[in-house]
Amino acid sequence: MLNVANMSASYGAIDVLKGISLRVEEGEIVTLIGANGAGKTTTLMCISGLHKPRSGQLTFLGQDIVPMAPHHIVRLGLVQSPEGRKVFPRMTVAENLEMGAYTRRDPDGVKTDYERVYSLFPVLQERKTQPAGTLSGGEQQMLAVGRAMMAKPRLLLLDEPSLGLAPLIVARIFEVIQTLNQQGTTVLLVEQNARMALRIAHRGYVLETGTVTMEGTGVELLADSRVQAAYLGE
Amino acid sequence: MLDTILQQLIIGLTNGMVFALVALGYTMVYGILEFINFAHGDVFMLTSFLALTLVGLFDLQGASGASLAGGLCLVILTCALFGAGLNYVIDRLVYKPLRKAPKLAPLVSAIGVSFILQNLGLFWGGMPLKVFGGGNQAAAPKAFPDILPAHNLLGAGSGLTLMPKDVLVIGASLVVMAALYGVVRFSKLGKAMRATAQDPAAARLMGIDVDQVIGATFLVGGGLAGFAAVIYSLYINTIHYQMGYQNGLYAFTAAVVGGIGNIPGAVLGGLLLGLVRAYSDQFIGAQWQPAVLFGILILILIFRPSGLLGSTAREKV
Repeated sequence: MLNVANMSASYGAIDVLKGISLRVEEGEIVTLIGANGAGKTTTLMCISGLHKPRSGQLTFLGQDIVPMAPHHIVRLGLVQSPEGRKVFPRMTVAENLEMGAYTRRDPDGVKTDYERVYSLFPVLQERKTQPAGTLSGGEQQMLAVGRAMMAKPRLLLLDEPSLGLAPLIVARIFEVIQTLNQQGTTVLLVEQNARMALRIAHRGYVLETGTVTMEGTGVELLADSRVQAAYLGE
Repeated sequence: MLDTILQQLIIGLTNGMVFALVALGYTMVYGILEFINFAHGDVFMLTSFLALTLVGLFDLQGASGASLAGGLCLVILTCALFGAGLNYVIDRLVYKPLRKAPKLAPLVSAIGVSFILQNLGLFWGGMPLKVFGGGNQAAAPKAFPDILPAHNLLGAGSGLTLMPKDVLVIGASLVVMAALYGVVRFSKLGKAMRATAQDPAAARLMGIDVDQVIGATFLVGGGLAGFAAVIYSLYINTIHYQMGYQNGLYAFTAAVVGGIGNIPGAVLGGLLLGLVRAYSDQFIGAQWQPAVLFGILILILIFRPSGLLGSTAREKV
């Protein structure tokens, strides 16, 4: 579904990605784990078209997406919930969800998806007329995921959805990610919380200073001694 | 005394409406690009030359009844479209190529565009149009004819004067502002504008074509300036190729005092500026206008540095 081949990217003179390759097949949850500064967010920014790779290929559903503008990439069904949530703080919860559905032309489907988001995150329905900036961190993360769901993604990119959240809320969000996946959404999950991510992922990649150093199924990586030492604190 | 106070209220509100309309253009563009479009006041100025030209072309001086009303509507519509188009073209030709450049580059370019537009205004003012008064004096102020009926709506004996043009300026401005509020609050474009202003990267990730939204913002801001140009000209009855500079600076100040980037703030700042100016002219003296006006505005900013309706705290990340 998504194919990243030998992609390099830099910010100014600093090389952030040094020829990474990864793929995501339809129906999978794939996770990309690694330390701070390994290049995880840059990888997602390149996929979403917000940062242009210096070299390498990026194809989604067989189409070359490197030259595409971000809003065209969203229209293909490749949607990102960014790091740090980035909800629109002075817009209401409902308006934030509406922005998620910005590219859609099927009002009936959008209506159904509001219900779907509200049933997965009932707190969002309770707060739907509140400005998003007044929500707690966990609620904002739920909103960020819900907002991306409103775009009806075929492939959902999630950047650090557990960042700074209480364990109970992290568990809830990972549960929702699995539910979405079971309902047919493919997921590429970037996480520092490697244990949680590898538990729900079909496959995973380990990114270290701009290079993919390991890959395997979630189970394999969880059992790998190097992964355990570096990312699982064992 | 009461009549004086009320009279200055009318004067302050009418002037304030013009400032508010121009301030909206500054604030909307700033809200999205964090960029001061210094040419904005000159879009306003140049459109007033179009307004005067059209008044001559349609022969509105001395017209009355339906032909006056129809002609006036046509002038307003044409000028709003002209202002919108001019502002849009400036963005596409000058600012858009500089979107990723260091912030001083578009700023200096905007000042450059401002001078170019003034030069165009000077040229326009030198055209031999009858409505310009024969007009070989390019730099001379042009009289804008008082085409609206000049009688006191409150009756000839009243100590207070309320002219049809006062009602037109205040009424039409309110209608335009209400329409703008509706668009920004409820339309899909308006929501995309707010989303882009609050977080452009997130807006892109939602599939919003940010470039298109920026273009639309310049269109709307230019349209408001074009509309403001007509009502200013009808009200003040003089236009001049340098009037965009002072009025633009006043309107920009209004936007900052109201809270730059904040739409209701621009309206509030504009009205406040108009009222303070009117009362200071009446009670302190017009020769002290700039000192009093800006003294008060500086005081406001000392106590509310982000402006009256600007957010006082940094947003939580």
